[in-house]
Amino acid sequence: MSDLALPARIALVGNPNCGKTALFNALTGSRQKVANYPGVTVERKEAFATTPGGVRVRLLDLPGTYSLRARSLDEEITRDIVLGRFAGEEPPQLLVCVADATNLRLALRFALELKRVGRPIILALNMFDIARHRGVEIDLDRLTSELGVPVVPSVAVRRGGTADLLARIDAAIAEQGLLDRAPAGDWREPSAGELRAAQRQADRILAAVVRRPGRDDNLTQRIDRVVLHPVLGLAILLTLLFLMFQAVFAWANTPMDLIKSGFDALGALVNATLPPGMVRSFIADGAIAGVGSVIVFLPQILILFLFILVLEDFGYMARAAFLMDRIMGGAGLHGRAFIPLLSSFACAIPGIMATRVIDSRRDRLATILVAPLMTCSARIPVYTLIISAFVPNRAVLGGSLNLQGLVMFGLYAAGIAAALGMSWLLRRILWRREPTHPFMLELPDYKRPIVRNIALGLWQRVKMFLHRAGTTIFMMMVVIWFLCSVPQPPPGATEPAIQYSLAARIGHAMEPVLAPVGFNWQIDVALVPGMAAREVAVASLGTVYAIQGGDEQESHLGRVLAGQWSLATALSLLAWYVFAPQCASTLGVVKRETNSWGWMAFLFCYMLALAYVAAFATYNIAVALGAG
Amino acid sequence: MPVPASSSAAAQSTAQPLGDAALGFVGTVRTVAAPAGEGALPAGEIERRLIELGFVEGVRVEILHQGLFGRDPIAVRVDGMTIALRRRDAAGIMVDPA
Repeated sequence: MSDLALPARIALVGNPNCGKTALFNALTGSRQKVANYPGVTVERKEAFATTPGGVRVRLLDLPGTYSLRARSLDEEITRDIVLGRFAGEEPPQLLVCVADATNLRLALRFALELKRVGRPIILALNMFDIARHRGVEIDLDRLTSELGVPVVPSVAVRRGGTADLLARIDAAIAEQGLLDRAPAGDWREPSAGELRAAQRQADRILAAVVRRPGRDDNLTQRIDRVVLHPVLGLAILLTLLFLMFQAVFAWANTPMDLIKSGFDALGALVNATLPPGMVRSFIADGAIAGVGSVIVFLPQILILFLFILVLEDFGYMARAAFLMDRIMGGAGLHGRAFIPLLSSFACAIPGIMATRVIDSRRDRLATILVAPLMTCSARIPVYTLIISAFVPNRAVLGGSLNLQGLVMFGLYAAGIAAALGMSWLLRRILWRREPTHPFMLELPDYKRPIVRNIALGLWQRVKMFLHRAGTTIFMMMVVIWFLCSVPQPPPGATEPAIQYSLAARIGHAMEPVLAPVGFNWQIDVALVPGMAAREVAVASLGTVYAIQGGDEQESHLGRVLAGQWSLATALSLLAWYVFAPQCASTLGVVKRETNSWGWMAFLFCYMLALAYVAAFATYNIAVALGAG
Repeated sequence: MPVPASSSAAAQSTAQPLGDAALGFVGTVRTVAAPAGEGALPAGEIERRLIELGFVEGVRVEILHQGLFGRDPIAVRVDGMTIALRRRDAAGIMVDPA
């Protein structure tokens, strides 16, 4: 080795669905660093580990691909890093090509292609236990000699399942020293003829090395007969989505109550121990009440992500894209846009980042522009607050459904309809003459979701959410509290303190513009920090009303609102929140991903216009119906 | 570089595009070429993508599923794995029934 202090750089590459990330998790545990590659929002997953031989290694999990002939943004990352062309990223010294042992055909062709790069390489046959269980016999020695590359079995989900791979990495480091020499490879983009030849060679090796039982995996095909049935499949997909939203409400109740009472107790404690004044007001009304009103939605966000992660791990998401391709195609969207749009239900930012798998620029742009219309979890706090305050909690349709859940479903439906309508318009107006891009997608075998992967994925989301609550949201809460508390009311003032504050002035200044949609100045005040993040609006309303009420014990914001707002105003605010571009981070990501201020401005303006029109119509219709 | 395609006129009679085949079709791939008509990508690009997903001459294919609207897209079993694609993208794959 040239330098003992520097860890050996190892990159994991492989086809999509080969269990590469599960293997990465097994090799590194939870000590992962998730960031972005400079200049692009492709997720960069890195972790350090020590091999049994005592060598420090740095592992990089590269985006999955079928070929180095990159077709999309994340595949370009894989190609450029493997070839050592990526600026600012040191090239890997060893490639671990991960292959699904139950599905080797395309992986072997890819391994042959990777070999031409000229870097040291190890082929890891992942899910080796499943392959053996299905009666697939693989002659590892023969495969090693046919490919000319060391081959090891691996089982990501079992303790010790990576022992062979780690030992082989040690051996590779010991044999070759992993010097930073330029690879002697001759990779260049293969032609169709060369691809054919490579696949033939892979098929020939496969025939010599692998003995498969006569029958395919029948379980996957049996499930698919139901799940991909043209009518039944769509019904199942809709049911799943509906269950997801009911679960977000039903399961989250208890933990949410716990979190809420925890923060209430903390606020009461502060009020009881500190003397009255600015400091106490800041800690109790600003910090604790503000952050608490956001943290309380953590259970719902977790449940939503749990569904998405489990369905993804199970292999269902590709099926959903298959079922939705034609329907979304009618709206001018690509089938692959389904997964980014579904992720946008959690948050538009990972959703927009997930669009990088869409290889056509036009399809990708259309998806980016409509993704923020999908109901993200930051809207949930606003929706739940208003729904719980204004919609009666009672069973409908013979007790099977809950009215509040139904209204929530309606809001989600409105977001989806708006997204589809908008992309249809984009296609009609902007891209009338552009031909459509192909849709090709592997439907992987179903797999039992791995608890550890799901837990790790959820943990990364929790960290992100808490980080936001602790930084952006907390800082906005401090600003809001300041605006609401300064200047202090004059001595002998009769009005509530907030009437004299800066916040009241901003709110009153916006009043003429927003009065036609039924918003009062308290809402106007809350909308301003709501630009930082939607859920901040709830916290701000909490702060505005807590300070205005002067009653320190008042923690039930919903009850306050029910007494202060008309139903028309509440409905109007719901309509506003379906469309409004109230998220600075989303706008930032759109700017970066489209590399254009113009598209960002377009997104902001069209969403703002939609929000205003929708809120205006909702308010006036509701007033006309007597809900004013 | 296209492989010498076995496109003799006599054999053409039984071959049909995979994109036109019915649900449940079982057969083998005779040739893979770029689908006819103008697409968003250069013709050779589609051909290479099809090959990268395992559609090469001689491989056994079966149409397992199709969508509700316009029988599109289709899910094709290709030697042990399942690929979803649109019928128009499968138009360049000529297949012989088993």
